Amino acid sequence: MSTGNMNLTLKVWRQKNNNAKGALVDYKLADISPDMSFLEMFDVLNEQLINKGEEPVVFDHDCREGICGMCSMFINGRPHGPKDLVTTCQLHMRSFKDGDTIVVEPWRAAAFPVVKDLTVDRSAFDRVIAAGGFISVNTGNAQDANNLPIPKMQADAAFEAAACIGCGACVATCKNASAMLFVSAKISQLALLPQGQPERYRRVQSMVAQMDAEGFGNCTNTGACEAECPKGISLENIARMNRDFASAKFISEETV
Amino acid sequence: MSGFGNAFSSSIGKKFIMGITGLFLILFLIVHCGINALIFINDGGLTFNVGAHFMATNWIIRAGEIVLFIGLLAHIFQALRLTLENQKARPVKYAVNDGKANSKWYSRSMGLLGTLLLIFLVVHLKDFWVVSRFTGIPTVDASGHEDLYAVMKEKFQDPVRVVVYILAMFSLCYHLLHGFASAFQTLGWNHSKYNGIIKGAGVWYSVIISILFAAMPIAVYFGLIQ
Repeated sequence: MSTGNMNLTLKVWRQKNNNAKGALVDYKLADISPDMSFLEMFDVLNEQLINKGEEPVVFDHDCREGICGMCSMFINGRPHGPKDLVTTCQLHMRSFKDGDTIVVEPWRAAAFPVVKDLTVDRSAFDRVIAAGGFISVNTGNAQDANNLPIPKMQADAAFEAAACIGCGACVATCKNASAMLFVSAKISQLALLPQGQPERYRRVQSMVAQMDAEGFGNCTNTGACEAECPKGISLENIARMNRDFASAKFISEETV
Repeated sequence: MSGFGNAFSSSIGKKFIMGITGLFLILFLIVHCGINALIFINDGGLTFNVGAHFMATNWIIRAGEIVLFIGLLAHIFQALRLTLENQKARPVKYAVNDGKANSKWYSRSMGLLGTLLLIFLVVHLKDFWVVSRFTGIPTVDASGHEDLYAVMKEKFQDPVRVVVYILAMFSLCYHLLHGFASAFQTLGWNHSKYNGIIKGAGVWYSVIISILFAAMPIAVYFGLIQ
C-alpha cells in the first residue's frame, strides 16, 4: 500500500446556512494516501481545519459502505465523482492524479436547499415516499412467502428498482433537476409485485403529484440519471411510471 | 382530483403532450419529405407539381394543415413552459458540470435546436407556404398545374438560402435523433423486445429525412436536376 504521495488542491463550496451566500474556497492538501476514500480525505481536511481553529466542512455521510445513500458530493461536475456505480464513500483517491484540482459542490436543486456547505436537505424525497411509496396491509401473522408466486424476471426487476438508496444523484446530475428516476424506482419496486397491485394506480398519481409539488424539474430523457446512478437504476422504470400514470389517468375507473 | 384530474398539467402529462405532438410532427415530415422528393424524378417538377396541387386543394389535407399548426404550436408552447419550469428547478448552477460524461450534447440541447428550427421555419414558411397559399404561384407548368417547382428553383439560386437550409437540416437531424426515441420513452412505450427497433428506426429516420431535405436545395443550386 502506497501512502502519502498525493498533493491536491480542493475547491470546496462553503456556505454558512441556507440564506447565506456561498462560495468556492481553495484548500491545499499534502501527503494524501491514494488508498483513502474521498470522505477520509475530507476527514483529513477537517482535522487540519479544526487544528487551525477554522470551521470544518459540513458534509453528509453515514454507513461509508455505499448502501445508506447519505453521501452526496458533486465532484468535478459529476455526482459521486468520476467512477460509475459507486457512491462518494466508495470513491478512492487513486481515481485522481497527484497535483489535481478537485471541485466539490453540493447537490443543486430548488427542491434540495443547502443546509450548510455540502449538506442539502433531501426531505423532499421523504415526502414523495410518504405520499404513496408503501403498501397497506392488515397486521397479523405473516403468510408463507411462497403463497404468492412471482415470476423470476418480475422479482428481479423489482429488486433492481429497490436497490435505489435515495441519494439524489439523479436529481443532482439532471439538467432539469428532475426526480423521475428516484420516484419511478420507488413506484416500480411495488408496481412489479403482487402486494403493490391494490394501490398501484392511486400510488403513481399521488407520488407524481408530490414530486411536482416539491419543485423538481421535468424529465427530458437525457439519460444522465441512469448513467450517474450509483445503483444502476434503469430508465425502464421511468417508462413504467409514465405508462402507469397514463393507465391511471385514462384507463382506470378509480378517481383519486 | 376527479375524472382526468391533472392528467395534462402534471409533469408527466406535459411530457405526454410533447411526445404526442412530436410523433405527429414526425409523421408529418414523412409526408412532406415524400412529396418533395418527387423532384428527384427529374421530370422538370411535373410530378412534384401534381403532388403540391393535391396538397393545396384537397379539403382533408387543408383540414389536416390546421391540426398540424395546432400540433406545432402546442409543441413549441409546451417546450417553452417546460424549459422555464426546468430552469426554476435549479436556481443556482454548478461551477463545474461535466454533462458530456453522462449524456449526449443534443439531448441536452433540444431547446436550442428547437429554437434554431423555429427561426428556420419562419424563413421556410415565408419562402414557400406564403407564396403557395397567399401571394400566389406566378407560373404554370406544361401540364397546366401551378409551378411550385419553378418557385423552388428560383429560391435556391441564392447560396445564402441554400446554406441556411442545410444548417437547419443539421439542427433537424440532431433534434430528431433525440426526439424520436425520447417520445416513445415518455409515452411509456418501452419494451425490451422493441427498444432496439425504436432506437434504430429513430437513427435511420433522422438521418434519411435530413439528408433528403438537404439534398433538395443542393440539387437545385448545382443544377443536378432539371
